Amino acid sequence: MTLPTHAELTRVVRDHAGRLAASLVPLVGDFSAAEDLVQDAVEAALTHWPVEGIPDRPDAWLYTVARRRGLDQLRRQHRYRDKLALLESPAEPRADDRLKLIFTCCHPALPRAAQVALTLRVVCGLTTAQLAKAFLVPEATIGQRITRAKRKIRAARIPYRIPSPDELGDRTAEVLAVVYLLFNEGYLSSDGARTTSRDLTDDAEFLAALLHRLMPTEPEPAGLLALIRLHRARATERFDDNDEIVQLQRQDRSRWDHDLIAESGRLLARAAAQRRPGPYQVQAAILACHAEAPRWEDTDWTQILVLYDMLLYLAPSPVTRLHRAVALGYVIGPVAALAEVDALAADLDGYHLYHATRAHLLRQLGDPAGARAADERALARTDNPAERSLLRHRIDWT
Amino acid sequence: MKYVLLFVETEEFEAELAALEGPDRQAAYAKVQQWFDDHREVITHHTKLLAGDTATTMRLDRDEPLVSDGPFVEGKEIVSGYAEIDVADLDEALRVARSWPACPVVEIRPAMD
Repeated sequence: MTLPTHAELTRVVRDHAGRLAASLVPLVGDFSAAEDLVQDAVEAALTHWPVEGIPDRPDAWLYTVARRRGLDQLRRQHRYRDKLALLESPAEPRADDRLKLIFTCCHPALPRAAQVALTLRVVCGLTTAQLAKAFLVPEATIGQRITRAKRKIRAARIPYRIPSPDELGDRTAEVLAVVYLLFNEGYLSSDGARTTSRDLTDDAEFLAALLHRLMPTEPEPAGLLALIRLHRARATERFDDNDEIVQLQRQDRSRWDHDLIAESGRLLARAAAQRRPGPYQVQAAILACHAEAPRWEDTDWTQILVLYDMLLYLAPSPVTRLHRAVALGYVIGPVAALAEVDALAADLDGYHLYHATRAHLLRQLGDPAGARAADERALARTDNPAERSLLRHRIDWT
Repeated sequence: MKYVLLFVETEEFEAELAALEGPDRQAAYAKVQQWFDDHREVITHHTKLLAGDTATTMRLDRDEPLVSDGPFVEGKEIVSGYAEIDVADLDEALRVARSWPACPVVEIRPAMD
């Protein structure tokens, strides 16, 4: 028997925890109680599997542990007695009910931080300790967040079901926002250094793929999945050996994952064929423009500008306007771009990339003093070590 | 499952309503009436409260009850009425609340059985 690697353990738990939760909720009739059983089973797995190996049927193993715990509780609780018979029956292959689970975890009546934590715990099988480590907050904080959310699900009777067709669009957007936030959290906090902490971008990709598989007729989950994969296909080239940021124009494009880029392009094309554009599809299309350009000089900025216009129409935001201004700089020139950027001062003064973008444009316009001042302001607004290093370098050398 | 929809008024909303002329005001009231008619089957009871400046608040957590003028929180948003509804779950409560045609804030609070 070979012992599982950390990655294998993570993958197997993630593949089965959500399924187990989804099959237990209807049996015990209560989201919160089912979640407790799954969490116990996952904790047990994380204790046993690293030393005993992953069993042939991890799903049956987890189910057995959850069932034993469930029976203990049922004996103590009279009102669950009629559920006993149901729990006695062995696990049968069931329809994948994880979509209901996701919609409950991401219900708009729950605060965003709780949606994220709950989704990771219930659908991906993260333990409270793993969540605390991933988000750099005390375990007690995560624990409270989860407990409060579960109490609200029960007390306010947040339903366990797929929303009706008239609500599905809004509710799907809410779920995708949670997955996207999770991806960003993982993507931005990662640096070149190999860390043993959990890679949240993995969980985000897993969730996006799951949503795409369970909602094949919705184009936006496919868009989000393509978006995540297009980022990940190029992720290893974002940093050099010294953990310094390598900007897009300097990245070694031959080392991008071109199979993944091509696959994401096909995924996006299939989604686009449904002719229901949305913010994730458009953002993925912008990334595809970058990823598919053989060289930096080949970047199709006109196409990117059109896509940003579309994105602004679908989901207006000052940050998107900032990105659009960058594209405008390449299509028309730095004067036009700077005018656009300056118009965002009131909205984005606290955002480091606003100042860094201004610095870049001022440098192009032959104002190095103004550029340095703007980079200083950017520096004062970010804690990210890699970004700080890049800004310092620019201030010192240009 | 019973939920109480607490209707919350803002100063802006109050001012807008006060500025409405006869027929427009009639139309605004008619919309509210229509909403109550549309949801007659799930509404168990409801009440419209008089303006916040008619409220009196009593604090009982000190030696002597303390009576003061005005609603219990001083702020720009005050509760102006409520409706108790009996529906299956929060999503149904949200659906009922979504079509509410008057004041701009509604708190949806589950009620004890």
